[in-house]
Parts: sequence; structure tokens; C-alpha cells
Amino acid sequence: MTLSISLTVNGERRDVPLEDPRATLLDVLRERIGLTGTKKGCDRGQCGACTVLVDGRRINSCLALAVSHDGAEVTTIEGLAQGDELHPVQAAFVECDGFQCGYCTPGQIMSAVGLIAEGGADDPEHIREGMSGNICRCAAYPGITAAVQDAQKRMAAEERKSA
Amino acid sequence: MNIFDYVRPASVDEAVTAGAQPGAAFLAGGTNLMDLMKIGVAQPGTVVDITRLPGLDGIDTLPDGGWRIGALVRNSDLARDPDFAAACPAVAEALLSGASAQLRNAATVGGNLMQRTRCSYFQDPISACNRREPGSGCSALGGVTESHAVLGWTDQCIATHPSDFCVPLVALGARVEIAGPDGSREIALEDFLALPDDEGPGGAQLGAGELITALILPEGSSAFAANARYVKLRERTSYAFALVSAAAMLRIEGDTIAEARIALGGVAARPWRVAAAEAALAGKAADAGAFAEAADLLVAGATASGDNAHKIELARRIAVRALTLAAVGTPARMPALPASVFANGADAHA
Repeated sequence: MTLSISLTVNGERRDVPLEDPRATLLDVLRERIGLTGTKKGCDRGQCGACTVLVDGRRINSCLALAVSHDGAEVTTIEGLAQGDELHPVQAAFVECDGFQCGYCTPGQIMSAVGLIAEGGADDPEHIREGMSGNICRCAAYPGITAAVQDAQKRMAAEERKSA
Repeated sequence: MNIFDYVRPASVDEAVTAGAQPGAAFLAGGTNLMDLMKIGVAQPGTVVDITRLPGLDGIDTLPDGGWRIGALVRNSDLARDPDFAAACPAVAEALLSGASAQLRNAATVGGNLMQRTRCSYFQDPISACNRREPGSGCSALGGVTESHAVLGWTDQCIATHPSDFCVPLVALGARVEIAGPDGSREIALEDFLALPDDEGPGGAQLGAGELITALILPEGSSAFAANARYVKLRERTSYAFALVSAAAMLRIEGDTIAEARIALGGVAARPWRVAAAEAALAGKAADAGAFAEAADLLVAGATASGDNAHKIELARRIAVRALTLAAVGTPARMPALPASVFANGADAHA
């Protein structure tokens, strides 16, 4: 049985025929659509490396059955920058040394984008709690916390300017 | 993961029919089922995707002042609903202390009630487990058991129920609304999560094809809003299951406790509520002596099921702490670290 799904990934419509209903959203993004920025870490919802936004909310794409998300709008790390201009969260991670090896970074950044949108990035304590679903084995946590706080301030200032 | 058929019913009736087929499993948020399928513990022949069923995502107040929460409401949406969080703050705090933000965005109310134990022997298909395979035995007995039950266990099963959310729900007397092949029914959550006995391991009381449609919080649930806490001990600050936890809710009139609710998490196959402990608090001053007496009643009869005798004292102390913090008052803002034993209501007001 072939199950066809249609996703809007980073603003672009993607029709994906699935030969097997077992495919996760993570596997479809990486193996079928070719967007390998989203990483597979534990593949069991424990590390957060696979975090993407689905209909604006951050989730673990490794625990999302792709066929169940037919019609969803997905944002991955590849969808954040505007051309050569980094998203404020990406820029803040670079400036604040929010990573070392970089493997968890796409998930960290997508999770931070979700956290800021939720309004939960007010102070370091809220940020640490709000980011606890993203594990960094290099332990770049101080830089990550600083980056999220920096990005939140920058984005709030931008919003005030455009308001 | 085994191969399975995928169906997406359009109505609750269709879902019940599809779910009644042998080997069928309902899929909602998928945060537990997908994980169990990946490790081979769950091997459904058919996955019945209920995520698009209409009418199951409401958060509604009832005419009697209670609440009806649709089974497909996401954990994060319920916790962040301002009216619900104001009425039932301990429930919101419990929700926000569980799992991670990503998981809470996917996980549903109905799925939380149906989540399986995190006993490592249940999760390991090579081990004997009466919950996974009835009659196969229990490899946890005599095994690595620091996190296992100290109340309500038998040799059939010594696992604990992993939910934070269910702890204040049981304390509030929440009920589960279920649709099934023979119509709909309601059951108290405390009865829905059956304890093991000498014959079997217990577990969620859901028959073939039965589907949770809503959670009902009874009239009076918001009467504890001013003095309600959920407190949780865990092995790391965030994103960990409870070693032990407690939901405490007080209705205080003047200097005395008019009514108390308390339940323990992490100690048994369901949240542990003892009528005598709540009765002992009624009419007393909200002080350390009353809290200690209630905590003793709450853990009465507790016995270690392995290397976990320390959990009995932890449970007693977490009950006292939760009651103490509840008496201080519900924090004006949700603590940055929900359910932290260090998040004091008075501090949060400052």
C-alpha cells in the first residue's frame, strides 16, 4: 500500500509517496526530502536533536509518524535564514559560542525558536528549564543559555521597532 | 518496528470499530507508543490514528463548575490555558514538570492516562514481564529496583505509574469518559488505573475498542486554587520522571484546614490517595504536626519491593513538603522550575 503525504516544508510544498507507514517525520525530512540539517540522535525522544516546528510548535520529529502529519507545515533549521542573513537565534549561537561539535545545534536552535515564540525565554532559569529537552554532550549549556537570552532580547527589540 | 496497517477514522464510532480489531492500537501524540514500537515492546498490527477526530480538543467548564477536557488536548495547551491553570494550578504545575517542552507539545491528555510504565524490565522484551506478556513472570523482582513501588505492589508487578499529571487528578477525584462498542461510560481515574493483585499486574482498565474521549474534573476542583502545589523529587533538575512526588491541595478557612487533598506519585502502580490522611487534616491548623500525621497515614503499610526502602521515607517527606508549600500558597506565577522542592510560594510572590 502506498500512502502519499503532502507537507509544506520551509514554505515549499513537498509531495512524498510513502511505501511504508513506519517512516517518521525525521526520516522523511532527511532521507526523502534531503534536508539533513535535522539530526537523528537518540531516535527515542530523549535528546532533542531532531526538534522541528510543526504548525509552529516544537516537537521531536523522531516520534512523529510522518503519515499522521499529512498536510502539516514544517520548519527545519534550513528554513530559518533569509538567504545569507542568519536568523537572530542562529546569529546569537555563533556570537555566544552556543555549541562545540555542533551535532545538537540544529535541534537546540529550533527548540529555542519555539521557546521564544512561547514567551518562555525571559531569564536564564526559564531558558534552562525550557531547553531541558535538548541535550548537549559537549555541555555548551552556558553559551546556549546566553544565546537564547540574547536572541530573545534582539527579537523583542525588532518587534518593538516594527510595531 | 514491525510493519503495520495505518487507518485514520473520521469519527469516534469509526475509531471504536477499528480499535476493536485484534492487534489495533490508537495513536494520538505518539510520544509513548512510537517509542515502544521502536524497541519492540508494542507491536500493533493496525495503528488507528485518532489525531483528527472531531470534538475531542475542547477545554470546557461544566455547569456545576467542573471541567471537561477533551482527550486530544495537548499537555502544553492545557497547562497554559489561563482559566484552567488558575482554577487547577497543581494540575498545571504537574503537567509542566513532566517530560520536555517538545514532548508536552505532542502528548495528549488521553495518552497521558494510557502511558506505560518506565520499568526497565517492561521496556526490555527479553525480560519476563506480566504487564507486557501476562503470565511470563516479573524479572524486576530481585533485579535493579531503586525506582520501583513501595505501595500496592504484589509479586505480579512492582512497577510504578510514571505520570505527573495523574497525581493531582487522582487527588481531585477526576473521572475518565470512555466511548466503546457498547456505548459510553465513566470511571474514576483511581479505579481506571488498577493496582496489581495476586492474579495479574493491573493496568489501565480499557476494553477492546474502548477509547478515552475526555477527562472530567468534578465540581469543587477549583476550591483549592489558592493553596495547591505539586512537588517532585527527581535525579536531575528537569526532564526526569519522579522518584517520588506529591500533589497537595488545601481549602483553608481562617486558621484551619476545611478540606485537604493529597496524593503521592512514583510509589505505586497508580497515584496513591488515602482517605484517612485527608480526613486527618480536616479541621486542624495547617502546621507541621498535622502534616506529619497525614504523611504517616499516607505511607502506612508501605514495604520495599526491592532496593527501594529509602523511597518510603522520601515519600513521607515529600508529602510534608507539598503540604507545607501548599499552605504557604499557590505561587502568583508558575515557578521557573515547576514542581521544584525549592520553588516556594512566598519566594515566587516576591
